[in-house]
Amino acid sequence: MMKAKAADFILYDQATGTYRVDPEQAVRDDVEKHHWLHVGRTLAKDWRLYLMLVPMVLVFLLWRYLPMYELLGCFKVGDQVLTVNQQAFAGFSNFKLLLTGGNNPAMSVEFWRAMRNTFLLSFYGLCFGFPMPIILALFFNEVKSNAARSVMQVLTYLPKFMSTVVMTSLVIMLVKQGSSVQGVGSEMGGVISQALAGLGLISKQTAKAGLLNDPAFFRTIYQVSGIWESAGYDSIVFFAAIIAISPTSYEAAQIDGANKWAQMRYVVLPSILSTVVIMLITRIGHLLMVGYEKVILLYNVNTYQTADVVSTFSYRYGMENNRTGLASAAEMMNNVVGMMLVIGANTIAKKASNTSLY
Amino acid sequence: MKRKLEISELIFKIISYTLLTVFALCCLYPFVYAISSAISGVSAVENSEVFLWPLAGKTGIQFEAFGEMFGNNMFWNSYSNTLFLTLYGTLWSMLTAILGAYALSKKRLLFRKSFNFFLVFTMWFSAGIVPQYLNYIATSKAFEAVGITDDKWLVVIAMGMAAMNIILLRNAFEGVPSEIEEAAIVDGATEMQVLTKVYIPMSKSTIATVSLLFAISRWNGYFWARQMIDNSNEHPLQVFLRNQLEQYTDSEYIAGWNRNYAPDSVIYALVVCSVIPILIIYPFIQKYFAKGVNVGGVKE
Repeated sequence: MMKAKAADFILYDQATGTYRVDPEQAVRDDVEKHHWLHVGRTLAKDWRLYLMLVPMVLVFLLWRYLPMYELLGCFKVGDQVLTVNQQAFAGFSNFKLLLTGGNNPAMSVEFWRAMRNTFLLSFYGLCFGFPMPIILALFFNEVKSNAARSVMQVLTYLPKFMSTVVMTSLVIMLVKQGSSVQGVGSEMGGVISQALAGLGLISKQTAKAGLLNDPAFFRTIYQVSGIWESAGYDSIVFFAAIIAISPTSYEAAQIDGANKWAQMRYVVLPSILSTVVIMLITRIGHLLMVGYEKVILLYNVNTYQTADVVSTFSYRYGMENNRTGLASAAEMMNNVVGMMLVIGANTIAKKASNTSLY
Repeated sequence: MKRKLEISELIFKIISYTLLTVFALCCLYPFVYAISSAISGVSAVENSEVFLWPLAGKTGIQFEAFGEMFGNNMFWNSYSNTLFLTLYGTLWSMLTAILGAYALSKKRLLFRKSFNFFLVFTMWFSAGIVPQYLNYIATSKAFEAVGITDDKWLVVIAMGMAAMNIILLRNAFEGVPSEIEEAAIVDGATEMQVLTKVYIPMSKSTIATVSLLFAISRWNGYFWARQMIDNSNEHPLQVFLRNQLEQYTDSEYIAGWNRNYAPDSVIYALVVCSVIPILIIYPFIQKYFAKGVNVGGVKE
């Protein structure tokens, strides 16, 4: 909090040549003196404004915050029929069961696997998915012809507007297994698997068995399809930051003898750094919110080994097997870690570069 | 004055053009492949001969895969359900978002910081899939108790709100000069008139962007519609598409297939049908996105 200076609330009126107290400061003083009275008066005066907030607040309360209350079911014996309040208290037993196994060690193994997969999918997304839009934006900046750039941008944004179902359907079809039915369906598998087999990157058997049935390929498919889907669209923000750089900065650098690499390093990167930091914090904030929809649509029993994430784990236990307490406990741990990550990232960014998102 | 390109700049330019072209073509390829496969002859699809262009195979180019879709009542049903969800869902989301964002954009709003935090917090922390599910079940019971038995209304009203979109709108409203608002108030405008006659016309491009973001997320919605809508006649297009995908790749279902088109062609035809509306409006909307999406300003 900055300390208020006299100049902040005493204004010089040029027209009359006199000093007067800033009217806003007078209001502030007034607020301090009669706080709650003021609150009441303002509410009454601006009741229309507060009425406008009601639908939004209701939607968020009922369908965003109430579920957070239901999340407390992680301390209860879960049940889909009884509400959280009616369920019996179970203390930390759900957590204990997940973390150590208790009488069902297989489930604990499954949970740790899901935790590990969540981290890895997010981490690889951060390593490969995050730099891609920045690189694309740098490339877009090189294309000086507006027509050519527009065409490229239109094409690269396009996949973002497709639904997860369309995207996963295409992925499934492009790398699907060869048909086992005699005479019906391709025996060789999807067109991408064939191309990869043709290039010698994977064996013919693997292509025929279907890449989505092989745990070794799930993460790659997930990341590649993620880049395909959103790298173009995500580059908009960075591209906007790059074209905002004044041409004089480049000219100055060129006169000083900077080559392309030096221009990148000393002109472009510092200029887009704050945007990059903000996007990075956002990204880290969503690090553990792996898109469960995409995973549910892409994974199958054969690939649980690498594909099962915490959300899908709790989907199977909570929604399909009615063990909601257990599922909530899993999500609770996931979400708390995720939130600590976003707060941590935000704090570090604030300290390091004076840029923060929240 | 035209400066000569340095060698490093030239190299970078060449790399940029090449990689961008390759990436853009990669983005387009699956759609071209889907269209080609949807209309290729059955033998061309089954023998994996189609790579880019539609091939006739032994029986020639066919449109019967599309015909099978168009002849399916469930397809038209799901299409109209999706239109319903998109139309009403977008209207409802926009109504709540515009009203809320307008109030939040006012400096004189009390507890403004708290309200903003209330929004932003949902971007950090979500309850997760199972508590959300239990919540929707409870909501659906409550809706039934007041006489709304159609699950589609549950999807419309309870789902699809996004804090980010409200923040985009709020930022746009904050950019409207307060002098114009004051002038309107001096002329006797009410709060509602200020919103509809001053703020909304002055932030058209953001409003267009945000309604499109809402509309697209509604059009594309799958998971919760699948979980919450029991009646298969009320399923939206995405759920139908997924069910068909599962059906036509099921080896039992396609055993003894003896038609003029491959089972895969039906899936591709359906994919094409479900993306066509987006492809049609896409050229008109994409110019807004570069302008309207200003992400830098979540901070309060």
